[in-house]
Amino acid sequence: MRKRVPLALAWFGLLVAIVSRPAIADPQDFPQIERGRYLAVLSDCASCHTVPGSNQQFSGGRSIETPFGNIVAPNITPDAETGIGTWSDDQFEAAVRKGIRRDGSRLYPAMPYNAYTKMSRDDVLAIRAYLNTLTPVRNAVVANTLPFPFNIRAAMRAWDALYFTEGEYRPEPNQSTEWNRGAFLVTGPGHCGACHTPKTFLGGDKTDQFLRGSYLQGWSALDITNDSRLGLGRWSKEDIVAYLRSGHNRITAATAPMSEVIALSTSHMTDPDLNAIATYLKSLPGKNDGTAQLAANAPPMVAGAAIYRDQCSACHGLDGKGVAELFPALAESSLVRSDDPTTAIRIVLRGARSVGTDAQPTAPGMPSYGRQLDDAEIAAVLTYVRNNSANIASAVTADQVAKVRHDTATRPD
Amino acid sequence: MSNDKGDLAICRRQLLAGAAFLALGMSRSGATVIFDHLPWTPNAGNPPPRPVPGPWHFFRGDEGRTAEALADRIIPPDPQTPGGTDAGCADFIDRQLAGPYGRQEGLYTRPPFQNGAKNQGHQSEQGPAQQYRKGLAALNAACKVKLGGRAFYELSDADKDNVLHGIDTGDFKLDGIDGKAFFEQVVKDVQMGFFADPIYGGNRDMVAWKMIGFPGARYNYLDWVSRHNERYPLPPVSMTGRIEWTRG
Amino acid sequence: MTRRLPKKDVVIIGLGWTGSIMANELTDEGLDVIAIERGPWRDAPTDFPPTYIQDELRYRVRHELFLRPDQLTFTFRNKMDQTALPIRSWGAFMPPNGVGGGGVHWNGETWRFLPSDFVLKTHLTERYGAAFLPEDMTIQDWGITYDELEPFYDRFEYLCGTSGTAGNVRGQIMEGGNPFEGARSRPYPTPAQPQPFSQTLFGKAARELGYKPFPQPSGNLSQAYTNPLGLKMGPCTYCGFCEWFGCANYSKASPQTTILPYLVRKPNFTARDNSEVIRINLDKSGTRATGVTFVDSSGEVWEQQADLVILSAYTLFNVQLLLHSQIGQPYDPAKGTGTVGRNYTHQTISTVNGFFDPKKFNFNPFIASGSIGMCIDEFNGDNFDHGPHGFVGGGYMGQVQTGGRPIESTIVPPGTPKWGAAWKSAVKENYLSTVKPGTGVHGSFYSYRDIYLDLDPTYTDRFKRPLMRMTIDLKENELKQNKFLTDKFAEIIKAMGAQKLHVQYRTGPYDITTYQTTHLNGGAIMGTDRNTSVLNRYLQSWDVPNLFVLGASAFPQNAGYNPTGTVGALAFWAATAIRSKYLKNPGRLVDA
Repeated sequence: MRKRVPLALAWFGLLVAIVSRPAIADPQDFPQIERGRYLAVLSDCASCHTVPGSNQQFSGGRSIETPFGNIVAPNITPDAETGIGTWSDDQFEAAVRKGIRRDGSRLYPAMPYNAYTKMSRDDVLAIRAYLNTLTPVRNAVVANTLPFPFNIRAAMRAWDALYFTEGEYRPEPNQSTEWNRGAFLVTGPGHCGACHTPKTFLGGDKTDQFLRGSYLQGWSALDITNDSRLGLGRWSKEDIVAYLRSGHNRITAATAPMSEVIALSTSHMTDPDLNAIATYLKSLPGKNDGTAQLAANAPPMVAGAAIYRDQCSACHGLDGKGVAELFPALAESSLVRSDDPTTAIRIVLRGARSVGTDAQPTAPGMPSYGRQLDDAEIAAVLTYVRNNSANIASAVTADQVAKVRHDTATRPD
Repeated sequence: MSNDKGDLAICRRQLLAGAAFLALGMSRSGATVIFDHLPWTPNAGNPPPRPVPGPWHFFRGDEGRTAEALADRIIPPDPQTPGGTDAGCADFIDRQLAGPYGRQEGLYTRPPFQNGAKNQGHQSEQGPAQQYRKGLAALNAACKVKLGGRAFYELSDADKDNVLHGIDTGDFKLDGIDGKAFFEQVVKDVQMGFFADPIYGGNRDMVAWKMIGFPGARYNYLDWVSRHNERYPLPPVSMTGRIEWTRG
Repeated sequence: MTRRLPKKDVVIIGLGWTGSIMANELTDEGLDVIAIERGPWRDAPTDFPPTYIQDELRYRVRHELFLRPDQLTFTFRNKMDQTALPIRSWGAFMPPNGVGGGGVHWNGETWRFLPSDFVLKTHLTERYGAAFLPEDMTIQDWGITYDELEPFYDRFEYLCGTSGTAGNVRGQIMEGGNPFEGARSRPYPTPAQPQPFSQTLFGKAARELGYKPFPQPSGNLSQAYTNPLGLKMGPCTYCGFCEWFGCANYSKASPQTTILPYLVRKPNFTARDNSEVIRINLDKSGTRATGVTFVDSSGEVWEQQADLVILSAYTLFNVQLLLHSQIGQPYDPAKGTGTVGRNYTHQTISTVNGFFDPKKFNFNPFIASGSIGMCIDEFNGDNFDHGPHGFVGGGYMGQVQTGGRPIESTIVPPGTPKWGAAWKSAVKENYLSTVKPGTGVHGSFYSYRDIYLDLDPTYTDRFKRPLMRMTIDLKENELKQNKFLTDKFAEIIKAMGAQKLHVQYRTGPYDITTYQTTHLNGGAIMGTDRNTSVLNRYLQSWDVPNLFVLGASAFPQNAGYNPTGTVGALAFWAATAIRSKYLKNPGRLVDA
């Protein structure tokens, strides 16, 4: 005779099974690993933790430049001795979300834990699950390379007290789902503020100037609020999505540090996520200052106009509108109008290669003008471009150009 | 591999590194393997060096003076446009002869050197540098012999012209060289210096380009393609720019 | 000691137009491809930027982008009983070097050959009788027809974004295009370039004389374009520094602008620059290529093994490598045996310069693209009855003036002294009002028994290999053709309003010192008979089935058009044959 299990008992068993399912899914579970892979793309772990050009992703060894010296990113492959293979989940979460190393000492915020804290423990452990599937690479990295006194990690305790608030992202109830997703992506795994928010002298974020642009590693990262002169105010949502997806849009092209972000991270994001980022960024009010346009007959404008006509117009157009997705439209570019002209100066001096992606493989290059044009000439042509057509920006001085020339003379791209 | 001219340096490459890096096909260590992305270096490019004014680099003794005298007969000065000397044509030739052109660099200079038909081209072991030394010397020597002990550059303009016409027709012979061929080369070089970019020493201040109305090293005429039979108004620009770039 | 590299599916010798087209096709097929290029990598922003590419002295006079004769050259003679001497400095042609090959510094002139050009022997014999052809003329049919090649012309033109006005779309003759062209399946991908003044005036004069002028099909684009690979190009800005120069603003079709950025991203493609292939290696049977041997810039010798070898190194280097690798039998004109080196041809070029009244005409000659020019085709190929004239062949003619660069363009009317005050004032007076077409008459050059390539007995290169020897002269047929065409051309220049003409016929003997285009062809020709050709109709070697030889070396004779359009089309044609036939069943595609 068949044993009959009472129905109630069966239901109870099921309930127990559901309830006692662990809060974290099985780390070998495909959905978990796939979620972790995508989160690692959103967080762009590969960029800092891989030496450029190496085929051994996440194996560390890349030197990250900070205002206080260079830090070397560690090996985060699951190698037992030189990677994080023997770390516990708690230790991994503490590092990524709280800035605390396995031995209890503090991480430097070159690791953007102050942004990653916005991810949940689940998120971070999914990343861990993905990292665990990678081939372990034996690569011992010496991480402590900052000069004295910055190598005293204990000092980070004070820094954290000033600049770090731990905690997951909290959705704003008055905003749409899309906006909240964008806010999470930008302030959390995307850690856009790490480059695009200006820093105090101690290297912490100037939170009242969130995403208003910053100087780092010989480049000026741009204002990406919705400011109509300096930021994305004249970009449509589609412009932002195209740029992040392909590195190019009708106005401009991504180069150098942003090339890497696009190649490794944003070009692999889903379209809804890219749209969410665009929605969020366009909601950030600009500072809308009242800078006046320089008159066309000011001497640097006249000299700059001559240089532009002779040298720049063959690609960027007599009207400054360029060619869509090939030559940036200087007349419409916020990069050109940026308060800090470092990036524009650097591109003119050294040339630049824009990023090639599957969507936009051309990767056109800007030639180097550093030998043909002197500092005053570069200052003049940039001043002209910054104030031509509808552009409005401060003049660029020869000293500014000289400084960038000197600063970038020995930098790689 | 054979190495008779020493132009293929035999250096031991790290076999392991080479093979490994080629087998992986990844990361470019030099400019030799192109993989995964277009090559790029900042500050790239190889512009010609700016002219260095000053003493002759190639001409010795009275060669420079002779070259200048020739330049001013081939392109005489007039009220509107300087002549060959003031335009820097002798400087141009001097710098060219001191450089790879003078040395026949890049040309095939292996023996045997045999005379052939004119349409088989230049077959001499001697390049422009040697030809100029010989030619200028022969010119002055011939003038001294036939014109009362005076070198070419000491003659009056009319006499200089007569000598040069004579070389053209074959009446005035130079000793030891083909005078006509040499003079043809000098005419070519002087005129080349006149019209080349000023960065090479001639065409000073773009005087030749201003004379003919050539706008120089421009790159964008899109707004002028359909303007037929109109004078192009912009001044010439060279690779080093024009005065409006600094003065506005 | 030769070091061996890991084997690849395909090795491509020379990364110019045909090498790039083939590499892209075969990597799409999933094959592992390596391209080995003798010269350096090149790209616009790093090698021909608008800061210094506008340098006539450096790039036109000193030919800096080209191969250095010191690295490799040839010997030349007119006749077989002459001693050939080395070409110590380039003159009649300029061989390319570097990634992109001639595609970097060509003018962009993108023509198709006529349908009759592909079946020339049959066609001319039928129309005029065999006796009408010179006894020593060795023209042949190609083994393919225009109709078979048409879809591949289309592919190349759309790859390049070629700017033009179609003349014959699927049999319908279109106004403003070339009424003589073979039927095309669709119009050009971009409209023709607008013409500057002198070119427009030529068109007007030609029309008034009853001809049908049309704009030359141009690889310098009239507008921004995205090609089928997703690569973007910009509009040509008429800089006047085209042929001999790289394009600084992505507006000239080249492997760099139309293929390489897309190709380089593929994980199954690698290229090596500064590496010179010196031999194609064969197995013991001599019927199978095992790969190539190459030398890098340090002098190290490497062997790259591969299952399929593509020889795409430009006409001259193709033939030379076949000779040095002992593939196929060298041509012996005395005995009439062998095939490698036969049917070598060039182009028959001449021009007429026109001097106009400077008070009435200002041509601004510096405003030009490389492929500008209104042209007429009435006298090309067999487009007219040759019966009364006693020659065969022809060419297009047009006001093809691609710039006003002053070293070369400051010409003076005939009779003006060559130097002095009179010269100077004549230059000043005439510069802006002179019409100086470069290849005003662009005529065919048919093949002959004693015009061929072989190895020189005396002169060697830096590897101690014999230089290749060119035996080439201008024959009566081509000189007659040229006189006839040049006289017709002169009529049009005069009708434009020229006060003085300087008519410059092409005269013999063939002169190695004066530039006559770099359209060198033949030496490894395609055909239907393995006794008179080196390749079958798929450009596959008759002798070594896993070797394909691309380029104008395949032309059995040269037509009256620039070769690149046909070179590109043939590369696509061969690639398609490899993909659809050869890879499925490696071996002979055509029974010998």
